[in-house]
Amino acid sequence: MEQKKKEWSQKPGWVKENPPPAEKKSGEKSGANEEEEVGKEMKIEIDHHAALPGVFVRKNGKVQIDAGQLHYRELNNMVKGAVAEGTEEIELDNIYGQRYIGSGIRKPVKIVVHGVPGNDLGAFMDGPKIIVERNAQDGVGNTMNNGTIVVHGRAGDIVGMGMRGGKIFIKESVGYRAAIHMKEYRKHMPVLVVGGETQDFLGEYMAGGIVIALGLTANGDSRFTARHIGTGMHGGLIFIRGEVEEHQLGKEAACEPASRDDIAAIRPYVEEYVDYFGGNADDILSSRFIRLWPRSSRPFEGLYAY
Amino acid sequence: MKSYIIPEFLVERDDHHCIRCEVCVRQCAFDVHRYDEEEDEVFAHEDKCVGCLRCVTLCPTNALVVRDNPTRVPANANWTREVLHNIYKQAETGGVLLTGMGCDKEYRNYWDRITLDASQVTNPSIDPLREPMELRTYLGSKPDAVEIGGGRGRHELETRLAPQLRLETPIMFSALSYGAISYNTCECLARAAAEVGTCYNTGEGGLHRDLYRYGGHTICQVASGRFGVHADYLEAAAALEIKIGQGAKPGIGGHLPGEKVSEEISRTRMIPKGTDALSPAPHHDIYSIEDLAQLIYALKEATGWQKPVSVKIAAVHNSAAIASGMVRAGADIIALDGIRGGTGAAPTMIRDNVGIPIELALAAVDARLREEGIRNRASVVVAGGIRSSADVVKAVALGADAVYIGTAALVALGCHVCQKCYTGKCNWGIATQDPYLTKRLNPEVGTRRLVNLLTAWSHEIMEILGGMGINAIESLRGNRLRLRGVGLTREELDMLGIKHAGA
Ligand code: SF4
Ligand code: SF4
Repeated sequence: MEQKKKEWSQKPGWVKENPPPAEKKSGEKSGANEEEEVGKEMKIEIDHHAALPGVFVRKNGKVQIDAGQLHYRELNNMVKGAVAEGTEEIELDNIYGQRYIGSGIRKPVKIVVHGVPGNDLGAFMDGPKIIVERNAQDGVGNTMNNGTIVVHGRAGDIVGMGMRGGKIFIKESVGYRAAIHMKEYRKHMPVLVVGGETQDFLGEYMAGGIVIALGLTANGDSRFTARHIGTGMHGGLIFIRGEVEEHQLGKEAACEPASRDDIAAIRPYVEEYVDYFGGNADDILSSRFIRLWPRSSRPFEGLYAY
Repeated sequence: MKSYIIPEFLVERDDHHCIRCEVCVRQCAFDVHRYDEEEDEVFAHEDKCVGCLRCVTLCPTNALVVRDNPTRVPANANWTREVLHNIYKQAETGGVLLTGMGCDKEYRNYWDRITLDASQVTNPSIDPLREPMELRTYLGSKPDAVEIGGGRGRHELETRLAPQLRLETPIMFSALSYGAISYNTCECLARAAAEVGTCYNTGEGGLHRDLYRYGGHTICQVASGRFGVHADYLEAAAALEIKIGQGAKPGIGGHLPGEKVSEEISRTRMIPKGTDALSPAPHHDIYSIEDLAQLIYALKEATGWQKPVSVKIAAVHNSAAIASGMVRAGADIIALDGIRGGTGAAPTMIRDNVGIPIELALAAVDARLREEGIRNRASVVVAGGIRSSADVVKAVALGADAVYIGTAALVALGCHVCQKCYTGKCNWGIATQDPYLTKRLNPEVGTRRLVNLLTAWSHEIMEILGGMGINAIESLRGNRLRLRGVGLTREELDMLGIKHAGA
């Protein structure tokens, strides 16, 4: 604060009177169907759940929100309000595609989602544990810093995009570009475990962290069919249960059978997967795994004329 | 391999003036100067000189002259020395040509073909030294209409406004990332922005923890690499900016080579030391305007709807249509970066051949948003070759709310636009991470130089406004009637939406 005062008193002469900037008023743009609604004023107060009886219920220290009629902004305001009050567990009923659930939350709150959440579930989050009972859509854990996301179904594209820490467990398969540009940093080690298959470009631009793809599909052990795996990869490790052929890999990814040490290293994550979704970790880990790693942490070295 | 490139510059030393102090030897990171003890003479390896004029500026006896090498390749309008050198370089290395700063080609500079109006006799001019003159600018979405309540002499604004960024002068510092520039340079920009009451922009390199205290004057960028983007970073910012593109390299990503990823940069970008920091060309969560809306609202959600969100694009052929989509996607600020916009490193062919001049993009975007009746929903900020207060005034009259300056700010700090930023050996201590070089830029002195520049430009803007009989920058915004073109074609005048001088 001292610093700030000094700065203001040093203003050049042409700035006439200059009190420190007042608290900014909160923004009031709507975010529904952005296209039509931008610019219209929509009055949503943070923490106005008292005005909606039956929607927001406190029960044994938990909070339960019936989201059936709620816009994501209302829903997320309620969730943030509850987190700010110190609630440790929040259950969300009747979720129909509301976006950004858990986004930006920085406390280790547990959020249980009954229904299918919308895109960017847990974006930028730093600590919560989100459990989704059914499928999730695109952008699960986008740029998340810490916490856990557990999806008892499938997830869409770019799961764990730019993720820097925390863990994501998806029971079944995921879409394209999972773990794209996932990074690790010091004590942060992001982990993505996918029970089923992944689509193309798994681990594209990957710069750190661990991806484990178990290929446990309904009809037993089918072949892993994704292509361009690890394209542009320059950090991190990808473990795939089963085999992939050379032509399925991006040119920046190298591949070899996983060693015993590798299996030991991924065991805790596979066990955690089994804890959530059932199965037998020993059975899963006794199959063949391959390990993908980047050929170089400097993929663009030598590309330029200096 | 023997290089066929002939030196671009000649370094001439007046032996009578030279006192063998070896300042030039120490100052040149390109190792051009060498002192020979036996001969007691200073020699130069001219082939390494990049023409940054550091040695010339610091030589205490003015003994040095660095000039263009007059040796000519055979005269040819097409096969110029530059063309030949580029080919030799590529034949010798097999690499993509790199360069720094903005496009140096002679695409028409429209600022220099536009003149400003002044009042004569009617609507008399105003003396800014005696009369109030308002440069304060608010960036952010403005409502379609405002409701005033109160009564009995008390008036209150009833419409809740979207968050606004308050600037004391319509000039901000462009996105310059830590990594491309030194920590000291970042500090100068942050402190000067805070002192003047404007904003600087972190670029995509994250925010160093020591600079969080200037957060109220910081626009934090979220780019495709998402480097250093975490909750503290989003919270610290006064506004957020999604970087889609940049004028110096529209459509391509970038990368900070591993050797520049030092301990501190690794901390700030939150990536391991020594690894390449890759910024993919697209954001992989943005493939459409709807996806852009999704990220804009994700950022608003994550920051409690308290901060304006800007979206920055490179000025390209269909900027106007894209800008319309950006506004509809919920951007509070639209930043346009023209073909002359600078960079720490870009492939030369991209920098010099992709994009359009900012003047034309600005005119097109402003006109399109007005036509569609959505101009108030977002502020427009332009960047890419703003060199003086006159350029700022012309940009505002063409429709900009504010400008970003990057190159001009670095020039204020000593940059001589040698375009070698990508080498990491900037002798001015700006575009480098070498501690021996970075300490050349003293944050105190640098801050003063930047504050002086903005103070001087702001005074000039007030003089120009006063001359036009206007007492607030707001009254000039988008007022193209106060502009006239000189020597422009009909088509150019139509594009710019201005009349020719004399009309
Ligand atoms: S590179 Fe700069 S400092 Fe070195 S000799 Fe040339 S002008 Fe002087
Ligand atoms: S920042 Fe340094 S290297 Fe870049 S153009 Fe300026 S003087 Fe040259």
